[in-house]
Amino acid sequence: MAVASFVLGRRRSIATVGGYSSIRSLHSLPKYYGYYAAIWCGLPGLLLVAAWLSLSDSVITGRVVASLPEALRGSSDAQLGLLVNDIKNLAAGQFVNPNRAVELGAAAELYNSLQASARWILSGLIVALGLAGFLYSATRLQPDFRARNKVETVIKAALVVASTIAIFTTVGILLSVLFEALRFFQKISFTEFLFGLTWSPQTALRADQVGSSGAFGAIPLFAGTLLISGIAMFVALPIGLMTAVYLTEYASPRIRAVIKPVLEILAGIPTVVYGFFAALTVAPLLRDLGTSLGLEVASESALGAGLVMGVMIIPFVSSLTDDVINAVPQAMRDGSYALGATKSETVKRVILPAALPGIVGGALLAVSRAIGETMIVVMAAGLAANLTVNPLQAVTTVTVQIVTLLVGDQEFDSAKTLAAFALGLVLFVVTLILNVFALHVVRKYREQYE
Amino acid sequence: MTADEKRAQEETLRRVRASLARRYRSERRFRLFGLSSALLGLAFVAFLFVTIIGNGYTAFWQTQFKLDIYFDPAVIDPDGQADPQQLASANYRALIRDALQSELPDVSGRREMRELNRLISAGAEFDLRDEVVANVALIGSTRELWITADDEVDMLVKGHVERDEQGGARRLSDSQLRWIDALAADGRVEQRFNVNFFTRGDSRDPEQAGIAGAAKGSLFALLVTLVIAFPLGIAAAVYLEEFAPRNRWIDLVEVNINNLAAVPSIVFGLLGLSVFLNFFGLPRSAPLVGGLVLSLMTLPTIIIASRAAIKSVPPSVREAALGLGASQVQTVLHHVVPLAMPGMLTGAIIGMARALGESAPLLMIGMVAFIVEVPQSITDPATALPVQVFLWADSPERAFVERTSAATMVLLAFLLAMNAVAIWLRNKFERRW
Repeated sequence: MAVASFVLGRRRSIATVGGYSSIRSLHSLPKYYGYYAAIWCGLPGLLLVAAWLSLSDSVITGRVVASLPEALRGSSDAQLGLLVNDIKNLAAGQFVNPNRAVELGAAAELYNSLQASARWILSGLIVALGLAGFLYSATRLQPDFRARNKVETVIKAALVVASTIAIFTTVGILLSVLFEALRFFQKISFTEFLFGLTWSPQTALRADQVGSSGAFGAIPLFAGTLLISGIAMFVALPIGLMTAVYLTEYASPRIRAVIKPVLEILAGIPTVVYGFFAALTVAPLLRDLGTSLGLEVASESALGAGLVMGVMIIPFVSSLTDDVINAVPQAMRDGSYALGATKSETVKRVILPAALPGIVGGALLAVSRAIGETMIVVMAAGLAANLTVNPLQAVTTVTVQIVTLLVGDQEFDSAKTLAAFALGLVLFVVTLILNVFALHVVRKYREQYE
Repeated sequence: MTADEKRAQEETLRRVRASLARRYRSERRFRLFGLSSALLGLAFVAFLFVTIIGNGYTAFWQTQFKLDIYFDPAVIDPDGQADPQQLASANYRALIRDALQSELPDVSGRREMRELNRLISAGAEFDLRDEVVANVALIGSTRELWITADDEVDMLVKGHVERDEQGGARRLSDSQLRWIDALAADGRVEQRFNVNFFTRGDSRDPEQAGIAGAAKGSLFALLVTLVIAFPLGIAAAVYLEEFAPRNRWIDLVEVNINNLAAVPSIVFGLLGLSVFLNFFGLPRSAPLVGGLVLSLMTLPTIIIASRAAIKSVPPSVREAALGLGASQVQTVLHHVVPLAMPGMLTGAIIGMARALGESAPLLMIGMVAFIVEVPQSITDPATALPVQVFLWADSPERAFVERTSAATMVLLAFLLAMNAVAIWLRNKFERRW
């Protein structure tokens, strides 16, 4: 329809001025009149579809649920969810427990008929809106009508909307995580969560079960996260830094041309591959090594996960430091050489101090990467929440717990799943602070030498 | 020059020489240190690739038995009607068993029969069924067919499991070993190209499991990501570079974008879970939701790369267009964006490569389910390639280690190809102004 109105609008604009010969008396090029008509025809319909699709399902489900007999409707939220699922499956013609099917047959039919009528109403509305839009635009297509300016306003508005998506994403993350976390803190006190020393998120299915009251003290998780990130930084920082120094100050262009792309490959490897590598190769290697030295090494030790995570972060650190070192003005190097300093002395006494703020910023970004890294620790670190600083034992991290709490089918309202969102909130806030601070430092540093 | 002065001078020279030697030594040490850390990085890459390829290359072959299958009408088609329903539910396992037994006549007794049966993949009978249903004329004839072996047999033939190992790792009995040897001596055991691996969905049996489902799930998710993130990213970049006024709001947007690029990916998964699944009620495990989450995640990458590309278009191009009477929008859309397109595409491909390798947010929105069928649309339940790697890495069977490595190799191959395309684009269309 939009295409048709483009053609019609364009033709009409030409016709209003009496054909191609006098096309110059139009304000804008004919195609802009076409675009104008097409926008009026298509845009309201598209907006309608978007709004409709996001709302119709919940409205219909609400109607269907309201139509259910009282006995079925009185159940808890979780059971209701299952019920709605059954109804949908039945409506889609899939297999449902036969006993259930009889009870829900009417509801499923209602669901189907509502869906069908919704579809008809929607298509009718779209056609009507499109026609109305086209007719409205057609009345406005006069030779002196500023079609181009109108179309450009719409384009600019679309660009503005696109640029605010990032803001919406951040707000969306914050609100969704915050909202669920607040519900969690209604059940578990804030201080208990932040400062509690035991973490065992199993809640009892029945009241008489033993030892499953659930403890949500997140200190062991924070400690585990810090331990693994610390090991990772201990590996990545020196190696990444020295690699960057070597590549910027010593390496010939040919060596640089080989090593840099290879390091970029290292940076592009998916983290799940690192995780698999850690679990398959590094962990057994460490265990064998530990046994031969007479040490007890857990098969999911913090050391293995930390080492592999360090390898993952090396290229990140080295490319950030590379940029930072390159930004140090050549004049500072030349000055140092002129005083008789060797290269290493120049690096140690001049370049690194000058680049320090940038390096610190890069290191903070790397720490935030390490804290938020998920797959490596999920696959190579443990699940047991030990409060320890011994890198040979198994520890667990915030991200591991988020994954284990949320993967699998659980009712959404339990303290267990909500705890994942509380952990997510902590993770988001901590990385946010680190990122903002680090980016600020790096930016300040760049400005200093520009 | 007095003697004192001379002595002082010599003393200085001596000290300088001594310290020079020390300084040069430390210089060499420092340099060596730098070189070795750079080489360490390279060594890690090499080690990683060697382990994964060394573990995984054998998964592209699969041990199969050459058996003379007699499509016995009495077993699969007793009425002689070739009724499809009858054919679909017939006992094909019996055909394979008969064929095996005719090769190994010394097998007797219920227990040995069961053990013999276990040499063959549990899915082999369905392959036979499909063949018969597709070609009814087979009934009553004898064909020489390649029958997929069980994963334990496969591991033994490939040498991943030692023959003399007792109990634990080797799960085959001595008589099973003997039969395999007998078949092998007959030239009836061979490793053939593993078609299942590329055409099937997931399975609990390693020899039947394939990556087609996961690959298609990844493809769908990436398509959604591309359709959403690429236009939005370009639009945002164009606005920020060309139209945006310098004010606090725009500063906020910029800080925000840089920041989002560094937010842990699992947080995007939490967003997807609570907004797309719980609020909008989109289907769980669907590539549609996966694509939405991944596009939010790659958007900052694409915006940053596109802005750099737009920035590199020289102002003279804009001034020329504006000077010829083009409006601002026309200047940007007709001149700046086409010139910046190669750079934007490169950024987009790199962003997509990141999205392809990402798995943490997909875990959150349920794309980790065990799904056998290959998805047909973006709302079907599916997994993605990296998630498949994660799932298989958790499986206890020895044969899954091999398949996990192979799936990783496929994933890495895709990533390297995408990056190569990005680099090629950059080199081909890069312009120095």
